[in-house]
Amino acid sequence: MMVGVESAQIGRIDDLAGDYDVVVIGAGPSGLRAATTASEFGAQVLLVDENQTPGGQIYRSVLRAQEADRRRLGEDYWRGRAIAEAFLRSDAHYSPMTTAWSIVPFHGESGEIIGHEVGISAAGKTRLIRTKQIVLGTGALERPFPVPGWTLPGVMTAGAAQIALKASGLIPEGRVVIAGTGPLLYLLAAQLIDAGATISAVLDTTPKANWRKALRYLPEFLASPYAIKGMKLLCSVLRRTKVVRWVSSLSAEGEGALKEVVWRANGREQRVPADILLLHQGIVPNINFSNALGCEHEWDERQLAFRPRVDKWYRTSVPGIAITGDGAGIQGAEAAALQGALAGLGCAVRLGLIDIESGERRAAPLRSQLRKASRGRAFLEVLYRPAESFRIPQNPNTIVCRCEEISAGQIRSSVDAGAIGPNQMKVFLRTGMGPCQGRLCGLTVTELIANERGVGPNEVGYYRLRFPIKPLRLSELASLPQSEAAKAAVLADLADTHPPKNGRGERL
Amino acid sequence: MFRRAPDRMRDQVTFTFDGNPIVAAAGDSVAAALLAAGIQACRTTPVSGAPRGPYCMMGVCFECLVRIDGVGNRQGCLVPVREGMKVETQKGSYALPAEAGQ
Repeated sequence: MMVGVESAQIGRIDDLAGDYDVVVIGAGPSGLRAATTASEFGAQVLLVDENQTPGGQIYRSVLRAQEADRRRLGEDYWRGRAIAEAFLRSDAHYSPMTTAWSIVPFHGESGEIIGHEVGISAAGKTRLIRTKQIVLGTGALERPFPVPGWTLPGVMTAGAAQIALKASGLIPEGRVVIAGTGPLLYLLAAQLIDAGATISAVLDTTPKANWRKALRYLPEFLASPYAIKGMKLLCSVLRRTKVVRWVSSLSAEGEGALKEVVWRANGREQRVPADILLLHQGIVPNINFSNALGCEHEWDERQLAFRPRVDKWYRTSVPGIAITGDGAGIQGAEAAALQGALAGLGCAVRLGLIDIESGERRAAPLRSQLRKASRGRAFLEVLYRPAESFRIPQNPNTIVCRCEEISAGQIRSSVDAGAIGPNQMKVFLRTGMGPCQGRLCGLTVTELIANERGVGPNEVGYYRLRFPIKPLRLSELASLPQSEAAKAAVLADLADTHPPKNGRGERL
Repeated sequence: MFRRAPDRMRDQVTFTFDGNPIVAAAGDSVAAALLAAGIQACRTTPVSGAPRGPYCMMGVCFECLVRIDGVGNRQGCLVPVREGMKVETQKGSYALPAEAGQ
C-alpha cells in the first residue's frame, strides 16, 4: 500500500541540498530510471516531479494502486511499481508536488557552460538548485484536438479520464462518447468498460487511406509484442460497444456544457446526446523546457511534431542537458525506461564516476533492448496518423488557442496580414500567450500557418518559449535568493535590450 | 458525470466548493474531487466569460484553474484536497483586492 512511498521523499524544498550532480525533472519511467541509475553510480541525484507519487502519467499513482486497480488497469500498468520502488530504494532525493519552471546555465572562467541552476517551487516556496547534469523526463502530452465545441465543460481528453481512473478510481457515468485515433483510444475504452462504464460509442477517426500506407510496416508490427495485445484490445472493445469507423468530422454541441456529439461518417451525419466526450489523437513530445533552453529541435514528419535532437546518450545540443523518454520523440513507456537508464549512465560517465569504456559496455544490452522495444512503432505511427482535417481546422470558427479564445479563421487571416510565423502570431493575436503557454495550440498554430502559406511546418517553426515555463506568483519569484548566475542573466538581457548611451542619449 | 469505484472510497476529507461542502477521498486532486462531485465547470474565461472545466488532468491545459483558500490561478489537478480547504470558482481574470491598488 502506502508503505515506502515516503522513504526517499524530501518534505519541504528548504531541506534540499543547494547543489546536486544530477537533477532529473519528471517521475515517469524515463526520469525514474535515469535517477535510479545515476544514483547507483554514486551521483548525488535530485528528482523533482509535480505529482504526489512517482510514476508519471503512464504509471500514475501506481504505488497507491491495489488489486482492484490492477484488474481495472492491467499488467502493463502494474509493471510501473517495480520501477517506482527501485527508485525509492535508491539514494536519490525525491521532491514530489514540485514544479520546475526555469533552467539557467552558469559558466566557467573561459565562458563554457559548467552547470545549470534549476528554478523550482513547492507549497508556495521557491528555490534555485545548482546541478552539473540535467535529465529532462518531461514526457508527452496529448496532441491538440481542435474541433468545434472542444472547450465545453464535459469534453476532456481520453488521457484525462485515464488519469482520473488511475489516481482516484473515477469512472465516467452517463452517456460517454470516445472519439479520435490511436492505441490509447481502445485501451481506454476497454479499461472503462472493465471498470463498469457504459460507452455509447467509440468514434474512430483513423482515415481509411492510413491502412494501405501502414501495410508495409505490418510484418514488423506482427513480430512485436504490441500485435497480440492490440488485437485482443480491439476485439474486446468491438464486442462490447458500438464502434463507428471512418469518422470524417466531429463536433461537440451545447450551451455552457456538452449536450450532443455530432459526427459525419460514410457521408452521413449523426448526432447523439452525450454527457462526456473523451478526445484523443495521439501524444506528442512536451518540448516546453527544451525549447526555452534553446535546444535544437526538428520536425518529425511521421510523428507530426517537433522533437529535440539527441545523441545516443540522449544529450541535447545544450551541454549538460539530456532529454529522455517520450519528450525526445514518442516511443512508449518501455523504451522510455531504457532511455532513462542510458541517460543516467551517460551522466555517470560525464561526472567521471565510471570510465567511458565501462559506460559503453553497460549501455550495449540496454541499447539492444531498446531496439526491440521500438519494434512495431512505425506501423502504429503510420496507421494512427491523425487526418489533416482534425489537425488543421477547416471551420473558421473552431477555437485553436483555448486560453485566449482565438479561432482558426482569425489565425488564417492574420497570416494573410503578415503573421508568417507563430511568434508574429503572438503579436497579432496573443495565441500561445495564455497560461498554457502554447501547450494546447502550438502544433495547430504551426500547421495552420504552414497550410495557409503552402510551406512545411519545419520552415514555419514553433513558438519561442521563455522561462518561467509555468506561471509563477510574483511573491514566489520575489522571495528567491539572488544568485550570481541570475544577476548575470538579467544584466546580459538588459545589455541586449537597453544598450548603454552617451550623455546626449545616443547609443554607444 | 463520474462515480468512484467503491474500492477507492477510503479516508474521507471534506472541503467546500463555492461554500458547499464536498466529501472527497484523501489523495484526490481538487479537480478529481470536483469531477467526482458532479461539478463540470470550475472557472469562467477572462476573454468571453465562457465556463470551462478540467480538460487534461495533468497540469498542461490550465482549464481547471480555481481559487484555493483565497489564492487565485491554482491548478486544481495538481493540488491535493485537504480537510477544510476552501475552493471557489475562478471568475474571469484575477482581480486584485481593492486595497492593493490604493
